Parts: sequence; structure tokens; C-alpha cells
Amino acid sequence: MIDVAIAYRRYRFIGLEFLTWLWFILETDPNILRNLDSELISCRVGKRLVLENRRDDQLETVTIKGDAPGLEEARTALKKGALIAEIDLSIKTAQQMWEYSLKGENLSLSGFRLPTIRADDSVQRMDDAIHERLLLLEKAINSINGLFHRFIKIRISRKWNEQVVPDVQKWITSQEF
Amino acid sequence: MYTVNFLYIQYIVFITDSTMGILSSSISLTRYRVAGILKPPVIETVATGLGKHTISEIDNDTTEKIFGWTSFDRPFRPNFKDRSFVIGSHFVFSLRLDKKTISSGMVNKHCAMEIDRRTAEKGLPFLSRDEKRRIREHVTVLLSRRVPATPMICDVIWEYKAATVWFLSRLKSACESLETLFLRSFNIGLIPMIPYSSAYLTAGLSDDEKDRLTQLSPTPFVAEND
Repeated sequence: MIDVAIAYRRYRFIGLEFLTWLWFILETDPNILRNLDSELISCRVGKRLVLENRRDDQLETVTIKGDAPGLEEARTALKKGALIAEIDLSIKTAQQMWEYSLKGENLSLSGFRLPTIRADDSVQRMDDAIHERLLLLEKAINSINGLFHRFIKIRISRKWNEQVVPDVQKWITSQEF
Repeated sequence: MYTVNFLYIQYIVFITDSTMGILSSSISLTRYRVAGILKPPVIETVATGLGKHTISEIDNDTTEKIFGWTSFDRPFRPNFKDRSFVIGSHFVFSLRLDKKTISSGMVNKHCAMEIDRRTAEKGLPFLSRDEKRRIREHVTVLLSRRVPATPMICDVIWEYKAATVWFLSRLKSACESLETLFLRSFNIGLIPMIPYSSAYLTAGLSDDEKDRLTQLSPTPFVAEND
């Protein structure tokens, strides 16, 4: 395996392509997500989206945020060649609703909301509550891993260039989008 | 009475603000894979590593910053002997980073006061450049001793069997401190789960697929002239 510091720079684009593909499938074929997680009811773009465009070593960043952000600017940026660098996701399953922000370059999470724990709880209850939080986190991380593994299998296959890239290009340039 | 309550409230707010932990209502998280195994018995080895690199207090000291392990539930009274860091199949503890922040304005003020005092004492119109430099160094050391360190606490969740570590922060400096201290304490490294390493190590790729992963180049979704 290549040294992580080198891989971080050389393969940074993989994470950005992953998030761009994720938005593409959220808009065009959300059933892929339901096939990965049978408990999933919905998954949609949340309150914030960051796009990045690198051309000739120049970096342009577009951030869109708000309670109900219009995604027109994001679409325009995509048409100009930008990729998604960070995406807020709002995920609903039968039991839970999760909101978090996923960063493409290192697949880190932020703004992950968890149920509140009262500070005066007993040690045993505290341990149980922490255990419950760890299970929730684990579930969310497993679902991100599942999505990413699905993406990477497609990304290194022939299907990527033969089918996915033309579909994404069509989606980006389409009038409806 | 009001003063005590006010200080208490300030203390609570301060602790809450500086804690990036599993008990917070909203968390950030960086993922790692553990590259190696520990010497058995594992729990004792972890406790020894944590104990050896427990954070020390730097208040009343001239040290400007320090980092070390602490207990996640008692970040200012760390204790790893009672095995309280074992929760189910996880090891849960914290990285504490203490840093003293002395503003240049504060240093300038105390330097100016000391220069005024010495010029008056010696009856001189000004002091030499060397003396001003010595005063600045002296003032910085004095202030480092007087200013208390601000702690930042980030929880570490280590699932030993799955070889995963979740670090509850995304700050680059905190992540670098974690990677350094983890290696120093347990003699095993942490691999950040960035897209490449995540694909290479956890996606179940065959050797041929790993070769293809290594040869990937960016996809132009939009033609250059579009």
C-alpha cells in the first residue's frame, strides 16, 4: 500500500468523485441505497453543500447553505466542472433520523447529532447510554462504508467509464437538472 | 454567593465548549485502522500505555503546550487503574491537549510597564535593544507561569477486535497529536481511513482490483471546453 501522506494528495479526487456520485444516485436512483440498507426510508441532501473546482492549480470553492438551500448554484458549479467536497446528509430509517456532514477528502464526519445524556445519570446508565451511542455511530459508519465500497467497486470497473460517467455527464448537462 | 454560582456556570460552559466527546450532542469524527496487535493481556497493556502517557498539569509551569491521555469521564482526574476505560468491547478514553495562549497585546503591555520602570530607575531616556529583548523573554516566561492552560478534550473510541479507532475530532493538529501519542504509547500505528486506504484495506478488493485502484486518475465529468 502507498504511504498514506502520498495517497492523501494523489487520490484525494476519489472522495470528491464519491460524493458527486452519491448526489447523482440520490437524484436518479435512490433504490441503490435501499438495496444497501433495507431499513432506509429516505436519504437526501441536507442544509449544506460544498463544491470544489481545481483548474490549472487554481482552487474555487462554492458553499451553499440554508434551511432549504436551493441547489441551482451547486448545479451550475457542477456544470463548470466542480465536484462535491462536503455534503450534509439527512437519513431516515424506521427507527432513527440522522443528520451529518461527510467530507470527501478524508471521509470524516461532523455535526453528527446524538440523543442527549443527562450528566447526573448513574454510572451504569451512563455506560448503557454510551453503548447505545456507539451502536448508533457504528450503524451510520457501516452505512457510509457500504456506500463507499459499492462506489469503489464500480469506480475501478469498466462500468464506470462505459456507463456511469456518460450517465453522470448526461445528468449534469440535462435541462431538467 | 453570586460570584461562586457565576464561576460555577462559567466552569460548566468552559468544560462543555472544550469537550469533543461521545457525551456531546453533536460530534465530529475521524476514522482510523489500527496497524498491529498488542502484547497480551491486552487490557493491561492498554492501561500501561495510557498510564505512562497520562497528561501532566502545566499550570504554574513555563511549558506552553502539552498533550497526553486522560479518562473520558474524568478529564481532570485521570485514572486508568480502575479499568473504567473498558466499555463493552470498546476502549474509551480521551486525548487532552492543553495550551496556554498569551496574546501579543498582553506581552507588549507588560514589556512597556517593565521598560518604563527600568528607565525611571536608571534615569535613562531609553534602554538598549539587548535589554529590551531580555525583558520580553522574561515577561513571556512570567506570563507563561501565570496564565492557565486551556484544555481541549477529544474522545478516542478503540474497538480492539475490529482494529478500528474513532477519534472525535476533525482538527488536523489534534489528529497529528493522536497519531504520535498512540504510536508512542502502544507501539502500533494508526492508518487514517482516507478514501484510498479505506478502499485498499476495507473494501475487500482482490489484488487485481487493488492494482486498478492504484492506477486511478481523476474523471473529467465535464469536457474542458464546456
